[in-house]
Amino acid sequence: MWHDAALVAGKDLRIEARSRVALSQVAPFGIVALALFAFALGPDRGVLARGAPGLFWVAVLFCTVLAVQRSVSVESADGARDGLRLSGIDPAGLFLGKAAAVGVQLLVLEAILVAGVVVLYGARIQVPWMVGVSCALGTIGLAVTGTLYGALSSGLRMRETLLPFLLLPIVAPVLLAGTRIWQAAMVGGSPGDGTQWLRLLVAFDAVYLAVGVILFGPIQETA
Amino acid sequence: MSDLEPVTDRTHGSPVPAAADTGPTPPPARSARSRATERVIGVLALVGTVFTVWLGLWVTPPDRTQGDLVRLVYLHPGVAWVALYLAFGLAAVSSVLYLWPRTRSLFWDRLAAASVEVGVVFNVCTLVSGSIWGKPTWGVWWAWDARLTLTAVLLVLFLGYLALRRIPAEPEVRARRSAFVALFAVLDVPLVHFSVNWWNTLHQGATVLNPGLTLKIHGSMAWTLLLGFVSLTLAFVWMLLVRYRIGVLEDWLDANELDAALAERRSEGAGPGHTVPSEPVGVA
Amino acid sequence: MAPAAPSPSAVSLRDAVALSGRFPLLAGVDLEVAVGETVLVEGPNGAGKTSLLRVCAGLVPLASGRLTVLGLDPVRQRTAVRRRVGLLSHASHLYDDLTVQENVRFAVRAAGGDPARIAPACDRWGLTGRLARTPATKLSAGQRRRVALAVLTARWPEVWLLDEPHAGLDAAARALLDEAVAEASAARVTILIASHESGVVEDLAHRAVTVTGGRVTAGRVLGAPASPDGITRSTDGPGGTVASADAPDGRTGGSDGGTRGSGDGADAPDGRTGGSDGAHVGGRVAHVA
Repeated sequence: MWHDAALVAGKDLRIEARSRVALSQVAPFGIVALALFAFALGPDRGVLARGAPGLFWVAVLFCTVLAVQRSVSVESADGARDGLRLSGIDPAGLFLGKAAAVGVQLLVLEAILVAGVVVLYGARIQVPWMVGVSCALGTIGLAVTGTLYGALSSGLRMRETLLPFLLLPIVAPVLLAGTRIWQAAMVGGSPGDGTQWLRLLVAFDAVYLAVGVILFGPIQETA
Repeated sequence: MSDLEPVTDRTHGSPVPAAADTGPTPPPARSARSRATERVIGVLALVGTVFTVWLGLWVTPPDRTQGDLVRLVYLHPGVAWVALYLAFGLAAVSSVLYLWPRTRSLFWDRLAAASVEVGVVFNVCTLVSGSIWGKPTWGVWWAWDARLTLTAVLLVLFLGYLALRRIPAEPEVRARRSAFVALFAVLDVPLVHFSVNWWNTLHQGATVLNPGLTLKIHGSMAWTLLLGFVSLTLAFVWMLLVRYRIGVLEDWLDANELDAALAERRSEGAGPGHTVPSEPVGVA
Repeated sequence: MAPAAPSPSAVSLRDAVALSGRFPLLAGVDLEVAVGETVLVEGPNGAGKTSLLRVCAGLVPLASGRLTVLGLDPVRQRTAVRRRVGLLSHASHLYDDLTVQENVRFAVRAAGGDPARIAPACDRWGLTGRLARTPATKLSAGQRRRVALAVLTARWPEVWLLDEPHAGLDAAARALLDEAVAEASAARVTILIASHESGVVEDLAHRAVTVTGGRVTAGRVLGAPASPDGITRSTDGPGGTVASADAPDGRTGGSDGGTRGSGDGADAPDGRTGGSDGAHVGGRVAHVA
């Protein structure tokens, strides 16, 4: 399973390195989203700085949808998805590999967005490690659920509009937790404020990782 | 419930192609017993709800603090219980039972779909009645409190499930897809519940189901509340039965088309002059 | 005159019905293919040849009927079946952004194939030099087909399902393909070829079956050299498969549906009477004889 996961993750990341979609299209979109928020909420940097955690995570969610769509559409050209099924590759490995590739891309995007938020909104982060950990855990959750829903909707014609509608409510806990941890990180509050949220993120990640590893095989055959 | 199964064997997974062209099968039969059961439940639900409304609006006294507004308690928690626990729980259990190989049967899929659809109706009623109650009490039509938000998220999850089901597919494929989505949603609900609860809360404590299990309302109000719960549950069951039956009929219609398609396909081998099927052939 | 030993079945379909939405791709297929046999699958467009191959590969589940591939259930033992079966379909399953070489490497490794066979396979099909480093999106249809063939020969599975393999190939590649098929056939690989190019494939195949209207409606014997296990395909078509009376499923009657002696061939165009009932009856008659 791990060998297959590494193989698939490598393949997806190599495709991304070649085509640079995440870097040249999704990242700029993320920055544009931050700019749109600024336009919407007014030039008062105080408002923006206070809203920075939430705005960051909303921008991340938008980027997640795009990254997952891209991950799914890579497989739809030339019947590549059939090719993966035919190869008898371990479904759990396929799931982990694709989720890992999406996760890596999301981490890079988040790094860019953190920089964007700090620069554009004047957000000041007192406890950087909390931001880092929340991003890492949140990314795992987003990548994993995104891959699951991407697989479920992969065969469907209405995938583009259906995927966000299905995925975003599910990841609401990630948004809530991520935002709260960020707020604690910005205010410099004691880590105790954030730990229950971190535990929630870990639970979220664990649940959907387990679900994916167990169920990805049957899901693949459904599409 | 088995009385509602169609005559042909199509509910249990694979449709069996007709050995010969017998023409369209007759619509699934319903026994007199199932018809009677449905009617009885419907009547009971109607009578119960009317009685609850009468009791709630005229007979029971107004509350000390909330005044006449408290009368919503006879309806709002009832619809909320049905939407959040009964409908969703039933949909979740049915979906899992569908996915489990040993109990796989389209019966569970239809039950889950019917449950979600009726659940959406009750969910909207919950939000609306809660909103109506909230405006005078809290001063706003909507507040981002834990319970309301959870209900709203649940509504969106329900709607996503229904949107997915509208995409045309074979019954088994659609059933599996929907069941997976339902399963993911079920797993998410506790997580959303906790996150939203930690996030904010201004709902009053549970009236009946609080840890101390002491009833905060007494006497005739309590009985009316109970009657309201029971009537609304019966209403849900009745709607569920009807919606399930509609699902059976829809599948029967589809199956008949399948028989016709099989016959047409086979006749392709009948020699020159056969008609090419107008549907795109999924062979490429 | 019964042949010496039963030949194990590579592919066995019994009244198989497969659906795509509401459309029946296969409407009751009976087919029995022994290990090491090469079978040509003929039929008009839309008859179900591609669907038949996809079903055998385990891509399309059966709505009813039975299917075993190499004695395994393609649904329950999915991975095991897929690792031992190779499907060459219309699509080549290539990733546009990866080069030819990367595509072949990924496909072979994903299927659990031996990485050492990748380079020789690429050489064999002419995927060397600059072509090897070309991104898949720039390839012509014939080149894509070559890449898919390279993956197939590198993997060298036990069952080959070839869907119109000659389409899009130039003369040189066709020759290579025929060579590869002959080599595989000699190595006791079971091969099903769906093709309109009957002329070329007939020399390679042991027998042919015709698919119309989603069912196997006729069969005939072809002139390939005797199959390696020594069973000669004589004119009592079911004769070869009668021996599978000892097959684990125990049912002998069903195997007759796929092949017919030349005497029954005349019934084929008459679809209704030549339907699966007819096939069983015809088969059983030959069996008794």
